[in-house]
Amino acid sequence: MLRNELATLFRRRRHQALLLVLLLVPIFITVVIRFAGGPDAGEGPGFLAQVTNNGVFATLAGLTVTLPFFLPMAVAVIAGDSIAGEGGLGTLRYLLVRPAGRGRLLATKAIAVAAFCLVATLVVAVGGLVSGIVLFPIGRITTLSGDTLPLANGMLRITLASALIGISLLGLAAVGLFISTLTDVPVGAMAATLGLFIFIGVLDTLPQTKALHPWLLTDHWLSFSDLLRTHIVWGGIVKNVAVQAGYVAVFGAAAWARFTTKDILA
Amino acid sequence: MSATLSDTRPFDPPAATARSLAIQTSGMTKRFGSATVVDNVSLEVPTGSVFGFLGPNGSGKTTSIRMLLGLLTPDAGDVAVLGRLIPSAIPEVLPAVGALIDGPAFYPWLSGRKNLLRLDAFGPDPQRVTRAQRVDEALARVGLTAAGHKKFKAYSLGMRQRLGLANALLRPRQLLILDEPTNGMDPQGTREIRNLIRELSHDGTTVFLSSHLLAEIEQVCTHVAVMNFGKLITQGSLADLRATTVERLQVQTDDRTLASEVLLRLGMEPTIIDGTLTAATHGMTPEIICRALVEGGVGIKSFGVERPSLEDTFVSLTGEGFDVAQ
Repeated sequence: MLRNELATLFRRRRHQALLLVLLLVPIFITVVIRFAGGPDAGEGPGFLAQVTNNGVFATLAGLTVTLPFFLPMAVAVIAGDSIAGEGGLGTLRYLLVRPAGRGRLLATKAIAVAAFCLVATLVVAVGGLVSGIVLFPIGRITTLSGDTLPLANGMLRITLASALIGISLLGLAAVGLFISTLTDVPVGAMAATLGLFIFIGVLDTLPQTKALHPWLLTDHWLSFSDLLRTHIVWGGIVKNVAVQAGYVAVFGAAAWARFTTKDILA
Repeated sequence: MSATLSDTRPFDPPAATARSLAIQTSGMTKRFGSATVVDNVSLEVPTGSVFGFLGPNGSGKTTSIRMLLGLLTPDAGDVAVLGRLIPSAIPEVLPAVGALIDGPAFYPWLSGRKNLLRLDAFGPDPQRVTRAQRVDEALARVGLTAAGHKKFKAYSLGMRQRLGLANALLRPRQLLILDEPTNGMDPQGTREIRNLIRELSHDGTTVFLSSHLLAEIEQVCTHVAVMNFGKLITQGSLADLRATTVERLQVQTDDRTLASEVLLRLGMEPTIIDGTLTAATHGMTPEIICRALVEGGVGIKSFGVERPSLEDTFVSLTGEGFDVAQ
């Protein structure tokens, strides 16, 4: 069941196109830096300036550029489509009378969406890493603190940072999955998820809503960069993981409550 | 979940009834807002029957079927399929039930074959080893072997319907619930489906067949139920339903007055419609009526006793015109 769901998800042209775009973005950025020159240190999005010194930083540069919009958009599409897409096609009724079991079906969809979050992040990371290695020299990693680390240690940290970005998407995925159980119109679920994400982003920038900030799913998204300090600062990372876990628990439970009792009219 | 189904109040059909009834509902009711779409329906579908579920569009057939399959929760009443309560026994019951609900629905970007493989993989009893073989057999059974590799979006309406049937036949079933199975099919396809239903029924599968096409039901069904405006109007064997209809005599003659007198003496109430004398026979055989007319000196041009078709019966039960129920 899960195997078929994953195969169906990743073999669908639309989703492959989505991943292809995610692959091309970091490659494009790396190529641009190579031939047009990077920003001066301290300017431009995070890690872009470091790429010219060390190609492996293209991994983080690509992730930093795609994190504000491309990755959340891809996640909103997949999560919003998960249940509502089956409803829209009418296949939901045939899956349920098979019987797939409502809880089982929802769990399968949740795992598939989570897998997509991690794969999407991996695609961006690999695109950045490979193009960075091809186009730039590599060597010891300069930390944000100014020291240098051996390449192996630095790569481990970059891998961990990439994994954290994948995990950062899970909260949004859970929100999308819940919204997807509310409707049979997949485009509506995708748009609502993305709209909510943008709204959360706006809230996170308003000083007037400061009290809310620690609870917003994007508030600690950039904490992964703390891994690139000589002495890793764990506070923000732990908070980020906790917030994502909270969103997964709350919206996962809401999706379960909704989906297991819903009248299926699609 | 409805309280009536999840609590302990027993609607445990006695074992004997459970075995003889493939579907049993009691007081099944579904409301959408203020509209009662299915109103206190108590269906009894005997095991082994080919059960025609009739009704005009919008009479509550598909909503009833969705409740039988656990897609909708009834607002009141109980549902038992194959002797077990729905929805609590869904994991045990539904693998033995094949269904076509409200038309076929598949993934347009997958081939017919891949669609069936996917749906089969989502059950509680995957049986992966036999899957490919079962899919191919089901495709062959509905005549889709050649089109199995084509994407579903390239299928015609009739082919889609066939694929829906193939999905219902992926496993050996005790019960098939088919909602308008010949919708969109050509006459040839309709006939194939009828033969398929006969075949399945012969092998012991109970077939629950919804339709608004009477000819379809009349030719294959042993039992019927008629729905109208969400209510179950009648159910029983086809023979029983026919028996409730009234046989009518039709006589063409120039001696209408004389003939009327003879029929009145026999206790009938003749009327003249378009120059034809007609009357309910009240169980009198044609031989007796005919002899009485001849002996009474009536010159008969034509003589006949007719039983109304199921269609006439259906219309008399649901009203003229097949208006979409409100």
